[in-house]
Formats: sequence, C-alpha cells, structure tokens
Amino acid sequence: MFRKKECVAMLLAGGQGSRLYALTNNIAKPAVAFGAKYRIIDFPLSNCINSGIDTVGVLTQYQPLELNEYIGNGQPWDLDRAFGGVHILSPYQAKKKSSWYEGTANAIYQNMNFMKKYNPEYVLILSGDHIYKMDYAAMLKAHKQTGADCTIAAIEVPLKEASRFGVLNTRPDGSIYEFEEKPKQPKSNLASMGIYIFTAKKLYQYLEADEADPDSSKDFGKDVLPAMLNAGEKMQSYLFKGYWKDVGTISSLWESNMDLLGVKPAFDVSDPDWKIHSRNPLAPPEYLGEHAIVTNSLIALGCEIEGTVENSVLATGVIVEEGATVTDSVIMAGTVVKKGARVTYSIIDENVVIDDGATVGEDKETNAEIAVLGRDLTVSAGVKVAGGQIIDKDYKGETNHG
Amino acid sequence: MANQAIGVIFSNIHDDNIPELAHHRTMASIPYGGRYRLIDFALSNMVNSGITTVGIVTKNNYQSLIDHIGSGKDWDLARKDGGIILLPPYSDENDALYTNRLEALKGVTGFLKRRKEEYVVLSDCDAIARVDIADVVRFHEEKHSDITMVCHEEKGEYQSAYFMTIDPDANGRVKGIKINPTLKANDKYHLYVNIMVLNREYLINLIQDAVTRGLSSFGRNILTQHLDTIKVYAYQFKGYFAGINSLEKYYQHSMELLDSNVRSELFGARDIYTKIRDSAPSKYTDNAVVKNSLISDGCVIDGTVENCILFRGVNVGKGSVVKNSIIMQDTVIGSDVQLDCVITDKNAVIRTGRHLAGCETLPYFISKGRMI
Repeated sequence: MFRKKECVAMLLAGGQGSRLYALTNNIAKPAVAFGAKYRIIDFPLSNCINSGIDTVGVLTQYQPLELNEYIGNGQPWDLDRAFGGVHILSPYQAKKKSSWYEGTANAIYQNMNFMKKYNPEYVLILSGDHIYKMDYAAMLKAHKQTGADCTIAAIEVPLKEASRFGVLNTRPDGSIYEFEEKPKQPKSNLASMGIYIFTAKKLYQYLEADEADPDSSKDFGKDVLPAMLNAGEKMQSYLFKGYWKDVGTISSLWESNMDLLGVKPAFDVSDPDWKIHSRNPLAPPEYLGEHAIVTNSLIALGCEIEGTVENSVLATGVIVEEGATVTDSVIMAGTVVKKGARVTYSIIDENVVIDDGATVGEDKETNAEIAVLGRDLTVSAGVKVAGGQIIDKDYKGETNHG
Repeated sequence: MANQAIGVIFSNIHDDNIPELAHHRTMASIPYGGRYRLIDFALSNMVNSGITTVGIVTKNNYQSLIDHIGSGKDWDLARKDGGIILLPPYSDENDALYTNRLEALKGVTGFLKRRKEEYVVLSDCDAIARVDIADVVRFHEEKHSDITMVCHEEKGEYQSAYFMTIDPDANGRVKGIKINPTLKANDKYHLYVNIMVLNREYLINLIQDAVTRGLSSFGRNILTQHLDTIKVYAYQFKGYFAGINSLEKYYQHSMELLDSNVRSELFGARDIYTKIRDSAPSKYTDNAVVKNSLISDGCVIDGTVENCILFRGVNVGKGSVVKNSIIMQDTVIGSDVQLDCVITDKNAVIRTGRHLAGCETLPYFISKGRMI
C-alpha cells in the first residue's frame, strides 16, 4: 500500500438523541434538521472537507436509514473520492461474533480495519451532535507540535455548567493532568468538546486494551482517556475559541437556531471562506406574498409565505397561509401553517399540518416551555397545543372523558 | 420511452435576441427565475422524461455555460454512458464557425452516429415551458412522423429575429410553415416553440443530404420546401409557455412568475434542476419589508422589496426600496437606494443613495459587474 492518508476522521453518529424526544423518534440525532437548510451532521462534515480531511467514517447505529440516504455517496461535501471519501460504517456480523456498538470506544474498535486501510498517522474522533465551525487542520498542527499522543479539543464554559461535561484539568502548558467525566465539583471550566486527535498507533493500542478489559464500559470519556492518562501518555488540551453548541436538548436546539438570526449573528453560516455544505433540496426561490410580514428570520427556498413570520427559522417548502403567524419558532421542511393558525415558541418537525385557527405553543415571555411537534402529523383546526407539550401523533385536542 | 431518445440543445441560437444579457454568455446561460439559467428548463424537461444523454451545441462565449453545467451531476447527468456532452464548434482550417442550424448539426453528426437511441430531441433555450418530452416522442411514434414540431397556440403580435408559425390539419399533419410572418393584434396562430423530435437515422441522412446539396437553412430549405414528401406533425403543447426573445419579454415573463398559478405549473409536479451553490438560507432583518416577491437563497434583506425577483446572494441595504425589479446574483444594493423597473446583471453594485428607474416596457438595465 503506497497511498495513505495522514489523518482519517471517525464520526460517531449512532446516538439516539433521546432528549430531543419526538424529533428523533425515527431518525438519528445527526440527521436532525438545523438552520433552515442544514442537518446537524453538515457541520462536522463541512469542517472536515474545509480542513482538508477527505476520509471520514460515519458510524451509525440508531435509525440510520435517513442519515445514510442523506450522506449518500458524499458528493454534496465533495467527499465522493476514489481513495478516501465518506463511508457509512454500520455494525456488522463477523465470523466469530457480531455485536452492536457497545460504546464510543467499541464502535471505533470494531472499525479498526477501516482506519488501517488508509494507514493514517493520526485519527480524528468527532461526534455528530454539535453545531460549530472548526479548523481541524489547526488542531492537528498543534497535536504534531506538542508531540502529544492524544489532543482533546476544549472550550471554556461557565463554571456552574461545567459539571455537564467532561472536564479537563490542565497545567499552564495545556497538558492534561486529570480528566473528570461530569464532575459534581468541577475544578476547571475547560470542557471537552468530544473531539479527539490520536496518534494512530496509540489509539489502536489502547482500543485493544480497552476491548480486553471486561470491566470497561468501552467509552472514550469514561475508559480510554483515563487509561491513557494513568499510563502516563502525553495528553494535551487544544483550546477552541468560537461558537460551539451541543444541540442535544430541545432548548439548546432552539437556541442554536435562533443564534443564526440578525445582521451580525452569534453563529454565521454564510461565511464564504468556511462554507457549510449540505445536500440541497430542489426548490424554487421562496415567495413572499402581498400580505406577508417577515422580520428577523431565516427562510429557505420553496417557502410560500402569506402570513406573518417573526424571529423564526423556516426550512424548505414551509407554507404560512394568510392570517397565520409564526413567532420565535423553528419549522422544518414541508410543514403547512394554515389560515389563522398561530405558532409561538415551538419546534415543529417536517411535514406537519397545523390546521385553520389552531394554536401551538405559548408566548416565550410567559415562562412557558417550548412546544414540540413530531413529523408527519396534523393538529386539527381550532385546537390548542400548550407550551411545553411534546406531540408525536395527530392531535385533535384534549380528550374529553366526560 | 425513457432511454430511446437523446437530446441536443442549441445553446447559442437566438443570442442576438437579447444582446444585453447574451453579450458575454450564451442564450443558454442567461439567468432566469431567481436561481435558474434558461438551459435548466430544456435540460430538466429532458431529464424528467427519462433522457440520459444530452449533447449541448456551443459556439462562442460558452465559459459561463461550462461553469454552470460542470460534470452534469446536478441534473443527474454525470454518467458513464452518455450524460451531458458538450459539443464545442468543430471546424478545420477551411471552415469557419457554423452560422446556421444545419452547419451546427453537421458538426455534431459524429455524436449522433455514435449513439444507439432511436430518436433525437432538438431543443433551443428560449422557451420557458414544462414540456413532457416523453409524450412528444409517444406522439411522434404514433403518427409515424418524420419530424414532430412542438407548437403552442398564441395570439397577437410576435417579435423575434427568426421564428416559425405552423398550419396543421385536423390530424396534426403540417400543411404549411411560415417564417417570420407579420402578425396582427388579433391573429391566432400556432407558434413553433423550437423543440422537435426526429428519428436519429433520419436526421443524420437529412443533414448529409443537405450538406451535399449545399443547403444552409433548416427552416427555409428543408421544412418549408418539402411538406408534401416529409411527414411533419405538430404536437400541441397546452401548458404555460414564455418565449424569451427580447429584454422586454424577458422582464415581462419573469414577472409572470409572481403569479402562483404560473409557479405551480412551472415548478409544481416535477423538479427544475439547476447548479447547486451551497448558499445559506436568506436572511430577513428587523427592517425587512418584502411583498409579492421571489427571493432566492443567500440574500440578506435589510430594506423594502416589492414585486421583485432576487437571485442568489443579493444584499439590500437599510432604507433601500426596490420595486418591480429583477436583481441578479450577488448584486449589492447599498443603503437608501431606490430602484424601480431595473434589471441588474450579476455582481452589480449600486451605491448608497442612488435612485434609478426604468419602465415596464423599457426596464433600466445595469450590465454585469457595473458599479453605480
């Protein structure tokens, strides 16, 4: 084998995303729609290609159909390559045994042959549930410069939130002396972003050892990283300063969508020097009618808007009829908001019909929670879905037991 | 009929009709409808009818066309067998570039001979219409036609450098063809929409015969002269049709897209394919006021837009009012600008405070990359 890749990326995309409730009933979390035309996985994939990494294994497990179809041959990300490119890696049957991916480390372990085929010096481990733009090439450069065996990307978070993350305790030179997974009393505010670069040989070595350990939960954060640290391997933190959001919950998914709005948004997807690539649906330009009022919003192609849309993100082909209003909401592709219906502070999945005069969600100012509607359902005319309600089938209003 | 036909698209014929927009590009690559090029309609009609091999005949200024087409993947035409094949002019030392359709066809006989499909669909790029090519081929087979010409019933005056009207009998057989007839306001006629179907072998013979006899015009020397011996049939296309043959018509027909009936007929049931640019979704700010307009992706709107078509990546600054205008890709409109009945070509820049206006019959045209 003469040809090789310096760095191969392995993207963990098997997560169910159970805290997204109805939004991930039938699809894996990385396939969840984001920002009017994207899906979460577009961000790590675009980061890869923009960083010059053209070999990506995508590890799927939970409800992979839509994700597989979306990734296809990888062409939208320029990842359809004769050598390299994007490959879906699903759990498989082997001669001796077959098993589902048991943890993040086991998932990578089971695809060791895929990595070895490219004979990489380095392996980049990514997860498919974060919204961010990051130059992995710069991180790789730092990894080489420090001569580390493992480099962990880290971001500063408010100390009181640090207990939700894996926390890195570092020395002034950025080397890690302690790794705490979701500590009750965090000693530092440096949170692991779940992005690791390993020197490939070390990774193989520790994955083999972890696999042989019957007591291991086969997880990077809980098992592999602490084992490396205990063995005295050189582990470095790589400080990332930029927008990074874990969109694993309803509220963080909503917030992250809202971060796209405004002339100077918190997160900009229109940077010509760091394009976010995606599989583009075919649709004509959006049409805004005579009565349309659209302010502070992001609207995708194919939308037809005759009503009012404020502070919202509307994906491809959403229809907002005359007299309907959409406020502070995220609406995914193909949903129809019919005449006089009101949608407030909600996340609405694909192909939902909100019939005439129905009300979904409650004003954000009333301290209501976000209302969530799963895909392909109908909210009947005139009924009311309260704030914080999560609905995954047709809704005709509260059942009257009297 | 799926793979029984190949397509041939003429990208340069009719360039002279819209010198403003075709000055530095082919007719085929004139932008249309917010995110398309004229050729997208011809190509999509073919792809949606199951055609997987399309030759595109080019002559000059075809850089923008090559850029648009790329490998053909956006039309699902990046194929090992067939796909999109660009056919640039072929001439030896003694030949000049082709000047008419017959010479253009002569230059592509090699392509026609290499293929195995039964039929050839010839199409120009000046028609905005959703023609079911598969149905035209079916009609062609049924009638045992030599040449099937697609036509559309029109009324009133018609202006174009070169056009044909067709007189079919009750059975559809064409009895007469007129080239550039004078038409009055109340005249009803069948306009040839520059799409025809022929048997491939028949077309090859026709070209060879015409070349040996030194004929130069497909219309004047062949079609009009031999209607008694050649079986020419007219296929009546009944849907929405817009012939793009002047800047005024370009403007008028573009504005018809603001009508939801036109949009649903054109973009409804099947897709119109075009080049993908990975633009971000369009952004509307707190100051945005947008009425009756088509807005493509990648726009940032901080002003007022009414009765307009905005292509990809257009910026409308704060306090600006843009009405009845067609603003092409990546045009930047500064603050406090007023535009009415304006067409800007790609990458135009309109500086803060400018006021520009044309009228519906004579839209004010700003050429590619101009700064005002």
